[in-house]
Amino acid sequence: MNDQSGVRNTRLFPHALDIAKGRVDMTHGGGGRAMAQLVSEVFGSAFDNEYLAQGNDMAVMPPANGRLVMSTDGYVISPLFFPGGDIGSLAVHGTINDVAMSGATPLYLSASFIIEEGLPLADLRQIVVSMADASRAAGVPIVTGDTKVVERGKADGVFISTAGVGVLADGVEIGGDRIREGDAILVSGSIGDHGIAILSKRENLDFETTIESDSAPLHRMIRAMVDAEPEIHCLRDPTRGGLAATLNELANQSGVGLVLREEALPIKSAVRGACELLGIDPLGVANEGKLLAFCPREKADAVLRIMRSAEFGADAAIIGHVVADPLRLVRLETSFGSERVVEWLNGEQLPRIC
Amino acid sequence: MKYASEFRDGKLARKIAAAIAAECVVDRSYTFMEFCGGHTHTIARYGLEAMLPENIRLVHGPGCPVCVLPVGRIDSAIELARDHGVILCTYGDMMRVPGSHRASLMKAKAGGADVRMVWSTLDALKIARENPDREVAFLAIGFETTTPPTAMALKIAKAEGLTNFSVFCNHVLTPAAMRAILDGESLPLQGIIGPGHVSAVIGIEPYQEFADRGQAIVVAGFEPLDLLQAILMLTRQVNEGRPRVENAYVRALPAVGNPKAREVIAETMQLRGAFEWRGLGRLPDSALCVADAYAAFDAELKFGLPYRAVPDPKSCACAEVVRGLKRPEECALFGRVCTPDDPIGSCMVSSEGGCAAHWLYGRHRSKTAA
Repeated sequence: MNDQSGVRNTRLFPHALDIAKGRVDMTHGGGGRAMAQLVSEVFGSAFDNEYLAQGNDMAVMPPANGRLVMSTDGYVISPLFFPGGDIGSLAVHGTINDVAMSGATPLYLSASFIIEEGLPLADLRQIVVSMADASRAAGVPIVTGDTKVVERGKADGVFISTAGVGVLADGVEIGGDRIREGDAILVSGSIGDHGIAILSKRENLDFETTIESDSAPLHRMIRAMVDAEPEIHCLRDPTRGGLAATLNELANQSGVGLVLREEALPIKSAVRGACELLGIDPLGVANEGKLLAFCPREKADAVLRIMRSAEFGADAAIIGHVVADPLRLVRLETSFGSERVVEWLNGEQLPRIC
Repeated sequence: MKYASEFRDGKLARKIAAAIAAECVVDRSYTFMEFCGGHTHTIARYGLEAMLPENIRLVHGPGCPVCVLPVGRIDSAIELARDHGVILCTYGDMMRVPGSHRASLMKAKAGGADVRMVWSTLDALKIARENPDREVAFLAIGFETTTPPTAMALKIAKAEGLTNFSVFCNHVLTPAAMRAILDGESLPLQGIIGPGHVSAVIGIEPYQEFADRGQAIVVAGFEPLDLLQAILMLTRQVNEGRPRVENAYVRALPAVGNPKAREVIAETMQLRGAFEWRGLGRLPDSALCVADAYAAFDAELKFGLPYRAVPDPKSCACAEVVRGLKRPEECALFGRVCTPDDPIGSCMVSSEGGCAAHWLYGRHRSKTAA
């Protein structure tokens, strides 16, 4: 991925790629002219930035002022396009968020594509353009990348791996083992939107809903939170497995119990309705643009104000608190007045039949 | 949604709980079985037991279709998917259920079998239409509630001449299981909470035989207020000494059930001589198979599936749990080697089983109390 011109080199590639009707074939991954053209006309023109323009197999970046933070994630979502986003924007947001949950400022991304033979070029371009838009909007450039093509049936359209590098200021110490008894638990907005948006488009389950995925980059919200309240103990994005999985992970990592108030959980009524219909628990449904924050109780209101004034944080809420608990359980105080344990899910959340 | 949330009103629940407490005679004990796993789930999820007086005890019955399916039947389903080249369509609940040697449909799928999760029998029919060169089998499980959709699928398949579609029928009957509980060794029951959705098909009349045997019967819906209301009605029946069948689910349930659904079932399915239930053993006339007139759509005949009975794991107390003789936490395996992630016994398999519900929602109460 090393030609940034965005203008076709007619000497190298006399015929333009047929984006409208063409498909990715094995030659696009073969290392020859066809691959060079794909990289140039689909990826290069979209991702254009000074690091990619260096034209090498790696990008050389200036020194960073602080500790380096790095994260990587693979994206295999089906369907590739869903209400509120696509695999491309998701691959950018997800990795930016993973880096940012340390309190770091994400600086650069890499992107690696494993493309299934037969993927329409129009789909690939749409994904790449969406990725480029997401990266530009977040201010985190994709500085290096790779493309492979595998035979039909060996992948599902396209898989994308992104890695992110960020820089973390000295003194910021945020982690899953730092949660303390008495901390407040905050969430940055409504839960379950992503999972329900995806489920609504799955084969065999086309139900009508206006719910869109919440896929979004949260690094700016986090920057504002950490700058104002350096005493934030933990940030985590509740993606796969939803709040239930993430909170159980954190309770174990920090050796504490977590208590949620059902009435405080922000859940859109359409998500609540879909969950009711499908017999699933919104606490176990995936999010892609939400974060959980843990901070001392006396700082919670200030942190909440910052979250609510940040982009993607309008519906942020304080949803619970941290207690001492040798069993490390996550409990939910129901609006009914009872209490139940919120467990990890076993496997994928599946519908109950009766 | 509002229609559901109205039946989860905590204040109203406490009022009904107070009425139950007032109705309860102090030195009398009341033991009621909630037959259905859906009820067990609601009771555990909302902590209803904690709202009841100590002399009311709820026994979690066998009404969880995933839980009562014997290992031998799961083995047959796995064999069907693995060895006969069929596309096996199943409700999601069945994917992780362990068969012999810790096999499951999920693992069979990973091993190359074509197992597909569907949300309705119509999806299975669609897959059959789209794959005319493949055999497509639907793994049918459940009580009377899920039987009509299977029956309709058989009817549609026959009408369309979908010769590549068949049903592996494991539908079971609620009254037969209730009879087995009352006939066998169990905690003496005074009353039974009947599953509302089963009665939505069969009506409430089939429970009369149990009222005649001295059981108070109240058919109830699935929200916490539905259940508390049913417990109040049962308590009153016991105090009056006049056991009868009552319908507490009038908002959804006509007393006659759904005669049309019963007609389709009668056309497409017939009684099996006997069927093995996990935890309850072989029960006569307790399950349905595909009717002779629909034999071409019966996966058991089509693929010559043998049935091999497999004994339940040793020291697993599921049989006692569903009869109310043991509480889940009294089983030696509970929470130690048997958890929802790695279930040994049937009651831990689906979230509606008594053990899984207790693990999921209730174990912290007993542990913190201990």
